[in-house]
Amino acid sequence: MSPKKKAVKKKAAGKAPARKAGAKATATTARRTEDRETTNRIRGTAREVYGKIGNGVKPHLTFPMRALSNVRYDERKGYFELGRTRKNRTLTVNTVRTFAQTLRMMGLSKEMVEAETFATKREAYYVSKNWEEAKFNDQTESDTVMDDMEALFSLHGINREQLRFYPEEHGGAVAGELVIRDRNPATGKLSVIDCTQMGTGAYTIPHSVEHLEFETKARFILVIETGGMFARLHSHGYWEEAGCIIVSMGGVPTRATRRFVRRLSDDKKIPVYAFVDCDPYGISNIYRTLKVGSGNAAHINKFFCVPKARFLGVTPQDIVDYELPTHPLKDVDVKRANDALKNDPFFKTHKPWTRALEMLIKMGVRAEQQALAKWGLNYVIEEYLPRKLKKKTSFLP
Amino acid sequence: MAQETSIAAKARAMASKQREISISEFFTKNRHLLGFDSPRRALLTTVKEAVDNSLDACEEAGIVPELDVTIERANGEDRLRVIVTDNGPGVVKAQVPNIFAKLLYGSKFHTLKQSRGQQGLGISAAGMYGQMTTGHPVKIVSKISRRQKAHYFELRLDTAKNRPEILCDEQVDWEQAHGTRVTIELEARYQKGRQSVDEYLRQTAIANPHVRLTYKPPSGEPMVFDRGTKALPVEPKVIKPHPYGVEVGMIVNLLKGSKSKGLRAFLMNDLSRVSARVADEILKEAALSPRARLSRLGNVEAEKIFRAIRKVRIMAPPTNCISPIGEDLILRGLKKEIDADLFLTKSRSPAVYRGNPFLIEAGIALGGGIPADQPVKVMRLANRVPMLYQNGACAITKSVTATDWKKYGLQQPKGALPVGPMIIMVHVASAWVPFTSESKDAIASYPEIIKEIKLALQECGRHIGRYIKRRKREAEELKKREYIDKYIPHIGIALQEILDLSEKQKDRTIAQLRDILERSRKL
Repeated sequence: MSPKKKAVKKKAAGKAPARKAGAKATATTARRTEDRETTNRIRGTAREVYGKIGNGVKPHLTFPMRALSNVRYDERKGYFELGRTRKNRTLTVNTVRTFAQTLRMMGLSKEMVEAETFATKREAYYVSKNWEEAKFNDQTESDTVMDDMEALFSLHGINREQLRFYPEEHGGAVAGELVIRDRNPATGKLSVIDCTQMGTGAYTIPHSVEHLEFETKARFILVIETGGMFARLHSHGYWEEAGCIIVSMGGVPTRATRRFVRRLSDDKKIPVYAFVDCDPYGISNIYRTLKVGSGNAAHINKFFCVPKARFLGVTPQDIVDYELPTHPLKDVDVKRANDALKNDPFFKTHKPWTRALEMLIKMGVRAEQQALAKWGLNYVIEEYLPRKLKKKTSFLP
Repeated sequence: MAQETSIAAKARAMASKQREISISEFFTKNRHLLGFDSPRRALLTTVKEAVDNSLDACEEAGIVPELDVTIERANGEDRLRVIVTDNGPGVVKAQVPNIFAKLLYGSKFHTLKQSRGQQGLGISAAGMYGQMTTGHPVKIVSKISRRQKAHYFELRLDTAKNRPEILCDEQVDWEQAHGTRVTIELEARYQKGRQSVDEYLRQTAIANPHVRLTYKPPSGEPMVFDRGTKALPVEPKVIKPHPYGVEVGMIVNLLKGSKSKGLRAFLMNDLSRVSARVADEILKEAALSPRARLSRLGNVEAEKIFRAIRKVRIMAPPTNCISPIGEDLILRGLKKEIDADLFLTKSRSPAVYRGNPFLIEAGIALGGGIPADQPVKVMRLANRVPMLYQNGACAITKSVTATDWKKYGLQQPKGALPVGPMIIMVHVASAWVPFTSESKDAIASYPEIIKEIKLALQECGRHIGRYIKRRKREAEELKKREYIDKYIPHIGIALQEILDLSEKQKDRTIAQLRDILERSRKL
């Protein structure tokens, strides 16, 4: 039996301290209200199913369709919005297994909210091993059910973290002019983190960032694709010189990273600049997801995107301007770029991006951030970034 | 000169070594040709030859057959004693030695009519095999009438001369009114399985529902295959060769043996379906005189007749030389021995290959206890005799494989037998079954035969589709029911967890939900 299951079982024990803590801090009160809303929603959904069965009618659950085809892009809102397409999962012989699993997953979620605990996706998968016939055979099954359930509740403004399911992956690394107010997860005591005092290391974004409070005088947030580039800027104290916060995404940014950058930039009203490789993956997967979210998780984009983000580089034009060393585009790259031009509402909306992608395809090459090292290891700090930052208007949308 | 002398000397030396080979000697060296290539197969062949002879004899004499097959352990490793007893007419004293201890001695070779045995080779060969491997003679008890005593013979076959040697000839008392008992001791191995004596007897019982068979294997329980009918099969008639089936050599032989006066009479009397008009046409084509003296006709004329026959349209041979089992009796045979849900049978009308009439019958047993995930079992029968070896070489197997079973809802890998809960039985009845070898294990692939088998199978197959579909639906239904029973309780549990339902509420919800799903499925 997993230890998590044990924790979930202690329902009564978990409730009492929660009430006590709630009386103490307003933040906790807010959280309790939120939690009540979550359990109410779960109960409401279950009651609907229960009522239908009582009336002799086949119950059903309504999920939004999760696909790029069911996504709208409103430039003013700044992110991919879920379209109106819904799918009904009616309880039939063929859906009875998934239906049962979805309901059991909701039951687990409710228990966890009440016990003030959480489960990672993998842990939830292991908890299901107690469900006898209804257990999941592998994690892809439980992940799908979880994503569906998350989409269902997103229609009511409830996100995955509120359902108490946490992703395995944590967020990226942060360094620079930033003070974060967090609390000790065990005692609830305030803990203050100064991101200028991380030495050669960095602050790691936790998987839930809703409760964080920020203090900063930074002028901008620089979001970086690779850990290598982050390490270079960090070790040369670039953030100090430029008066900024640097964040490493490590590929496609996790939800936590997106949410962290979003909250920080919203709260403190600071601009966000993205610095990624100049290739279709860096542009259409990493940057696009950071800015407007993704197609198959459109139900959460509202929270997990950074509409303010702008594209500092490396742009296709930079390859020419800085005479960067390149690699030829692979077939998958070209396909990805063409796909973005044809099907992605974001790139279709922004003409400068259409032109940039077309230019990239025409050149048939790609360049990495670190290609700037051709001109010297510190060239990026001393020349490239300052020069770019002087012409912020040239940033791609 | 010197050279020529040496060649002549060599020829003379060679001549001293050249001598007649007796058929028995030939067989000693080529036992595999007759089905004695392994101890296991030798046992089957021995039982088979004895049983075939018994059944042929009973039927010809109009006796409803009652057979006993006993296999005992004899002294020595891999030594068994086969004892086959029948209630047939018995063999007259003078014929016993020749029938049981002389190869190629029999009643059936020179006539065209459906019978199990053909060459007069089998039982003598089995006896000879026993004699060769154990040294024991064949023992025969035979009785032809209640009024006479039974004869007891111990026989040995002189392999050099292909002649019986009588070791013992006595009169004995036997409780049976008439019948024959053959006892052969031989080197053999008893083993169950697809090519076993057990399987052979079981298939024999299916194809011969008029036979009652008792069987005592060397180990395990004795078995009784009871009869499904008392009616004997219609005794097939002897027919004369059909012109389309005779070759030049055969014409020469027929001419020599004929008692007819003149060629025209020969054609009309010694061949079937030759009317006066047809005879005249043949003679005209061959440019031979109707009154030509047979003794003057040789190879040249035979060849002319052979060519002329091809140019003349002749009616198909008579089919009363064939005695099919019949759809009803096949059905009874299958039902008696196989546990299945559905039985289908088809007897085709007679057809002709190379001037020989033949008739195809097919039977199919479906479902029940037949395993569903294995290639179907094919029971091959020729003149009511099961064939257990040489599966792949047989026209029956080829026809089953060449039939498209997917059409009827069965799985079928390319160029292979279909997979499914099915047993297929195909019976080829003919006055002359074209076996691929003397051991009678497989039927030669004449296109006419394959075509007829496929037609018979297709006629049965049409009814399979519906059954297979229904079975699939039932299996799915069962799976769905299981599925519902498996997962519905979890919906109850989850709702109970979320809504804090009482046990009673939970159980009611589960019951209601089961109702809803059952109801919706029936629509």
